[in-house]
Amino acid sequence: MNTTAVAPPRHRPGPGGYLICMRGVIWRESLRFVHQRARFLAALVRPLVWLVIFAAGWRQVLGVSIMPPYHTYILYSTYVVPGLMAMVQFFYGMQSSLSMVYDREMGNMRVLLVSPFPRWFLLVSKLTASTVISVIQCYAFLLAAWLWGVDLPQLAWISVLPALLLCGFMLGAMGMVLSSLVRQLENFAGVMNFVIFPLFFASSALYPLWQVQQSSPLLYQACQLNPFTYTVELIRFSLYSTMNLTALAVVAGCTVAFTAAAILAYDPARGLMARRQGAGG
Amino acid sequence: MDGPGITALTRTQERTAGAVPALAVEAVSHAYGARRALNEVSFAVPTGGFVALLGPNGAGKTTLLSLVSRLFDTRHGRIRVQGFDIARQPGAALAELGVVFQARTLDLDLTVRDNLLYHAALHGMGLAAARARVAAVLRDVDLSDRARDKARQLSGGQMRRVEIARALVHEPSVLVLDEPTVGLDVASKAAILEQVRGLSCARHVAVLWATHLLDEIEPGDSVIVLHAGRVLAQGSPADIVAAAGAADLRSAFRILTGIGPASADEAGGPA
Repeated sequence: MNTTAVAPPRHRPGPGGYLICMRGVIWRESLRFVHQRARFLAALVRPLVWLVIFAAGWRQVLGVSIMPPYHTYILYSTYVVPGLMAMVQFFYGMQSSLSMVYDREMGNMRVLLVSPFPRWFLLVSKLTASTVISVIQCYAFLLAAWLWGVDLPQLAWISVLPALLLCGFMLGAMGMVLSSLVRQLENFAGVMNFVIFPLFFASSALYPLWQVQQSSPLLYQACQLNPFTYTVELIRFSLYSTMNLTALAVVAGCTVAFTAAAILAYDPARGLMARRQGAGG
Repeated sequence: MDGPGITALTRTQERTAGAVPALAVEAVSHAYGARRALNEVSFAVPTGGFVALLGPNGAGKTTLLSLVSRLFDTRHGRIRVQGFDIARQPGAALAELGVVFQARTLDLDLTVRDNLLYHAALHGMGLAAARARVAAVLRDVDLSDRARDKARQLSGGQMRRVEIARALVHEPSVLVLDEPTVGLDVASKAAILEQVRGLSCARHVAVLWATHLLDEIEPGDSVIVLHAGRVLAQGSPADIVAAAGAADLRSAFRILTGIGPASADEAGGPA
């Protein structure tokens, strides 16, 4: 035992502690990301498969006519990039939520929640951390797409950043709401099948909405009600330094709504109770 | 709900004078649906005191500690840490509290040092102060030489010591531990118990030690016997033995809880 008899002054966090706390959560998420390189590769390979195989196949079949924000005819591979960037963020948001269910079951969330900062702030910090990582993944994908020959405006690299931050936060918050509804990890696979894929396919990620409208008015209506459509369009317009106000309003509104719902719905007791079924103590 | 920076000067003065118990649990009840897990539980842990919360599996110890650490919301009764109500002033209360959970909660992919630095950040500690504290607490638990090792490289006992160090990084005045010796060998159990007792004594940290093991209790401890969500007895081991009219603490535990010898053996072995 090496303890000394003199009690040091106790540490009490001040207002600047909020920033330190959020930085710590982002730092931990980044370290986990670095340690899980396979996860990074999987996140990168998924959209690249779509771009390199799926989009290449459709390239000769589908050209996209002039429509905002494009000023000329574009190749299908160019059209699909914003949707795939949104997909990267969507998957990471869900994956981060998945890790929250896991953390809740394994107890790591408890370490976060016994911090003296308000619970809403801790959850927002967690969302911010997952957003930062999803943006890094998006840039990695964008670089790969550019190397693959996808034509991008020079300013795209900078102009898309605010949209990626907002969309990443919204999709993370959506995932957090879903994770709050999931009692145990095993149930999450169902959420992936029933939420991610329908939202992705019923959006403008893979096909322009006017083409969807021609083939199925009902699907068109579904696409218009789908918030994921607006994340795709916000990213698409931002890449070309143009603002889609409707998309911005929907994404911002959904961000606020999902974040509020995630904070209200999050119940740390849920995972603990699941763990303790039949256990004592 | 307050932020962590809010502290009352008068509270601090009272605490220094020892007028406020480090941890006060007052008429706390909790239920999982229709099943009542805690029923009007009340006790206090004095500043610098070591209190053993003794109860068999299912007694409600973990539920109680989840309420103390605000993982569960306290809906009935009141819990105060250094005078701060955990429901109304959670920031100030949690700043005073260090928690060691029953389940392992280290991030196995991070180094020991990074696990502790993460905890320091969660308490708003600047990097320089955090590094100094991490070095100090690792010295306290004799694990300075393992700081750069990944958590997964440690033994069960070492992980537990790191978790105790982590709970102390932000210099709490109250430390709650939920069955910290579960799954450890005899030597590791003894080492951890000795270290926590030493910290309690040297740093005047109030300790609430939840256990189902009678052999972790010493004659000078305060003991709270919890069973089926109720406090059946509290006081020194001698007081409890006398109140139960038993020959020793093990017999008193059996008399109080009604648990037969086989269950009692499971619940802790001889005192």
